[in-house]
Amino acid sequence: MSATRLFALPAILRHSVLLLTSALILVPFAWMVSLSIKPPGEIFRASFSFFPAQFHGAENYTKAITSVPLLHYIGNGLLVCALILALQILVCAPIAYALAKLNFRGRDLLFALVLIGLLLPHQVLSLPLFILCYQLGILNTYAALVFPYIVSPFGVFLFRQFFKSIPDDVVHAARLDGLSELSIVWKIMVPMSLPAILAFSIFSVVGHWNDLFWPLIAVRDGSLMPPPIGIMAFKNAEAGNDYGPLMAASTLVVAPLLIAFLAAQKWFVEGMTTGAVK
Amino acid sequence: MNARLSLVSRSVGPVTTSRKSMLVSELRSPAQKHARGEALWAWALAGPALILLIVLFLLPVVGVFVMALTDWEFGASSLSFVGLANFREVIFDEVFRASLINTVVYVLIVVPGTVLAGLVIALLIESSDSCRAFYRAIHFLPFMATLTAMAISWEALLHPTVGLVNQTFAALGIPTANWLRDETTALPVLAVIGIWQNLGYAMVLFLAGLKSIPLDLYDAAEVDGADLWIDRLRTVTIPMLGPVLMFIVIVVALKAFETFDTIQILTQGGPGHATEMLLYTLYRESFEYLRMGYGAAVAVVFLVMVVTLTLIQARIMDKRVHYQ
Repeated sequence: MSATRLFALPAILRHSVLLLTSALILVPFAWMVSLSIKPPGEIFRASFSFFPAQFHGAENYTKAITSVPLLHYIGNGLLVCALILALQILVCAPIAYALAKLNFRGRDLLFALVLIGLLLPHQVLSLPLFILCYQLGILNTYAALVFPYIVSPFGVFLFRQFFKSIPDDVVHAARLDGLSELSIVWKIMVPMSLPAILAFSIFSVVGHWNDLFWPLIAVRDGSLMPPPIGIMAFKNAEAGNDYGPLMAASTLVVAPLLIAFLAAQKWFVEGMTTGAVK
Repeated sequence: MNARLSLVSRSVGPVTTSRKSMLVSELRSPAQKHARGEALWAWALAGPALILLIVLFLLPVVGVFVMALTDWEFGASSLSFVGLANFREVIFDEVFRASLINTVVYVLIVVPGTVLAGLVIALLIESSDSCRAFYRAIHFLPFMATLTAMAISWEALLHPTVGLVNQTFAALGIPTANWLRDETTALPVLAVIGIWQNLGYAMVLFLAGLKSIPLDLYDAAEVDGADLWIDRLRTVTIPMLGPVLMFIVIVVALKAFETFDTIQILTQGGPGHATEMLLYTLYRESFEYLRMGYGAAVAVVFLVMVVTLTLIQARIMDKRVHYQ
């Protein structure tokens, strides 16, 4: 992989600029971790030091997971993200196969419907979806957090693109082997499309783990809250008096995704940027 | 159906049926049976998704327009058409106008800031091979991190007395402020957070764009006398990045339009209405004040703006496909 021939900066200049911007980018993360291990007295004493004079991390982190049900929030987040992703793949892969590989009247119309879905910003639909969830009696349940997302137009679009690139001969051969169309979807197409599935999974999980807007509308009950509103509720309860435990809670919510990201950087970048078409 | 009937009539038809048409019917019959089977399978496979697309996307978007054009209230059993009354109320509302202007100002700060920072960092990273993955990872971190949690960290950084920002500024002799409580600084500060969050995203998209520029073009430019890097930037990089650049501008603009978390956590639209933005107005009016008609009208305005941008983006994507 050769670099562009735009310019050959002296290495020291390139590194000093990039290290500086990296440092600026990292300040909020560093500050978050730093406050999460400081005692209240040190937080409210002006100081530049990252490390506290007196380590207070154990107390802050203990308070973060005991004074609010933070682990419960994280459990909610995991459950909701897993349910959404599983249902999305279950619903989107078959229609994507039909759009990519089968000939039938109405296919273009169906695809147009998918594109319309892709075009709509989801927040705009929140009012009717709120009313729909109310009518179904699922407001303030896990179902309300999951239901609006079980079909993803982006997922259909992405899977269709990928399935199209699989040669028709593969499908013909599978049919000759006596596989039904449904088995072709799950035994041939999906296993052959793991990169697309993985990219979509990352896109979906990151999006729903971080989402604040819809959970704020869909649930009121503390025991159902995913991490972002859990953190918000914690902040409002603390009224900004005690940053230590609040920062400890923030660190615990941000950490899982960042660790996963650092472990599988390439996949995450791909997953998040494939989403640029959305 | 018709095809099948005609096949049946042909097979039981008069003996004058020629051998040729017999063959055709024999050939066509399994093929048509197959086509019908294929269509049945297609609708069976697409069915669940189709129903959900209608229930979760198509009907709700129709619903937003119905709500915007009627006087329906939450829980009411009847509704009547009120034309553009909701839109009139929205447009003459000071809060909405503030919200619209703030959104535009915010987007106009975030888009150039993010795109420029993303481009410069991508060019710097791409100019050599060393530590490339490391720098890319660091700059991409904010885009992954839960913004709700990071917003709380920003609040601590911007704290008027003990925040790192004011401590640093005071030490350097730069004027300090109560950043999030001052009407003149609150929106720009939110925009800075927006840039911080999105520049890694722009950077990654630029890196992909830069990789697709053929290296011979730089050689050719050099042969033609583009000895300075600025000449090569002007004659090769920027023109070749053109469509990517437009694409990134729009993607970032869409992200900026959808800003909600930082407002909800940090300012709640204040001080005054200084950080009121469309999505936040939509949320508060609809779900806190339960003004559904008003909320729906705001949603329609938001929808029109976002869809317009997305359609422009789709056109650019089409063009890019043609170039390749």
